[in-house]
Amino acid sequence: MAVRKHIRDLTVRSGEYIGERFVLLKCTDENAPLPPMLPGQFAQLRVDGSKTTFLRRPVSINYVDTSDNEVWFLIQIVGDGSRALARLKSGDSLNALLPLGHGFTMPRGQSDSYLLVGGGVGVAPLLFLGDRIREMGGSPSFLLGARTSEMLLEKDMFRSLGNVYITTEDGTEGERGFVTHHSVWRERRFDMISVCGPSPMMKAVARKACDMDMPCEVSLENMMACGMGACLCCVEKTVRGNVCVCTEGPVFDVKELNW
Amino acid sequence: MADLRTNIGGLELRNPVITASGTFGYGIEFEDVVELHRIGGIVMKGTTYEPRQGNDYPRMAETACGMLNCVGLQNRGVMYFAENIYPRIRKIDSRMIVNVSGSSPEDYARCAAVVDSLDDIPAIELNISCPNVRDGGMAFGVTTEGAASVVRAVRKAYRKTLIVKLSPNVTDIVSIARAVEAEGADSVSLINTLMGTAIDIEKRRRMLSIGTGGLSGPCIKPVALRMVCQVAHAVDIPVIGLGGICSAADAIEFIMAGASAVEIGTANFLDPAVSVKVVDGIDEWLDSHDVASVRDIIGVAE
Repeated sequence: MAVRKHIRDLTVRSGEYIGERFVLLKCTDENAPLPPMLPGQFAQLRVDGSKTTFLRRPVSINYVDTSDNEVWFLIQIVGDGSRALARLKSGDSLNALLPLGHGFTMPRGQSDSYLLVGGGVGVAPLLFLGDRIREMGGSPSFLLGARTSEMLLEKDMFRSLGNVYITTEDGTEGERGFVTHHSVWRERRFDMISVCGPSPMMKAVARKACDMDMPCEVSLENMMACGMGACLCCVEKTVRGNVCVCTEGPVFDVKELNW
Repeated sequence: MADLRTNIGGLELRNPVITASGTFGYGIEFEDVVELHRIGGIVMKGTTYEPRQGNDYPRMAETACGMLNCVGLQNRGVMYFAENIYPRIRKIDSRMIVNVSGSSPEDYARCAAVVDSLDDIPAIELNISCPNVRDGGMAFGVTTEGAASVVRAVRKAYRKTLIVKLSPNVTDIVSIARAVEAEGADSVSLINTLMGTAIDIEKRRRMLSIGTGGLSGPCIKPVALRMVCQVAHAVDIPVIGLGGICSAADAIEFIMAGASAVEIGTANFLDPAVSVKVVDGIDEWLDSHDVASVRDIIGVAE
């Protein structure tokens, strides 16, 4: 589904650190209702006040609260660009180009069972996706993986939406190991597996889903410049040749990818 | 309202602001956020006769005040353009210009001949300066004989306005400009990207898939401006200036350096609506300085 792109000066309502490496920015548009956005879509955020950051930063839409005209961005601090975004405080302005890209396939019927698999900051788009699935009458389940318990993000939010299964690499919470090791794979089948996280993790989950003959969609994070299909920098090899992740994705059916 | 009309090699533009190839898609990608009819011209993606997959990912690296890219002319070929894209863009109310590339003079000419038959495309920009493909591209643009051979072949196949985009990766850009003028180019645009590279120190390897890429963005503006000055003094055909333009002030610098029009490239990534802001900014500057027409300031810099 195509939705119209906008350039908006958002206002930050709050910027809250989660541990030392993650920040949750809650933003609003004080002048207009936020545009319609779909789970899996992203925004290109302009980074002001960083001498070393030139391009916008693509950040997935973590959550949209329509009644409160609020959009959330969950940001991992990796370099100067994300550090500058993390410094934003309540009342600051944030220029955003949004919504961009092609999101997750939504359930066709209420009974469709979804397993949303997230690793690290990759859980971000799954909160919005889970919320919308639930709004449509479905009951999403979540499988969240992290290195350690402290790096499990927005756990309580996920718990309010459905079953949450957890793995940590050090065993500090949930089952020890990677998401693909979790016992839920032996106990249940799903109509759709929706994945976002580090590339090795997504590839492992995609393989598992294919082995078990379950449809699987992944959200890719290729480096991009424009976010609008103009620069052709963020391409991924697919069965259709090189395609832009920013417009054809970021969400892809794994059957389309050359994985 | 000042008079913003300008002319590049017989082609009149409603204002001197053009979006640069490879930074603005086919225009339609941007129509949600920009009023396309307010842009003087749109140079569309690089187009070749045969389809091309381009280079492998990663194709970009961010740099201080700019970026490197090595896209490598990914496109679906001129026949696909003519049949599938042209019908969707032909009614856009701006000058729609096709950027043409190839691997031999004949290849360029074949592609240009197809575009020649498209009524609503009034001009092509010949890319003899792409630094990211092995066969052709910049290979032609770095010698006077190579540049002349491509323009000679294309001039025979193409009747409308022919703009030639020059490479800055040369010892003497003036001699190249003169060579393409002598072969019948109607205009030259400069500069294309400057070749560069970047290294990931943790991985101990170069960041781009083919090792090198073209540098663009505000970091190249002083180099571009110097070359526009040099070329504008040396040729009689109109010059289109580009390289790092982000604002109306940047554009006016290029016009004062001798450019009859400007192209905006990488800045479209930072603000997709920047081109229209530059148009408005030029207009305001002219009004506030009591200059009736943008043509009155072309090449005025001493």
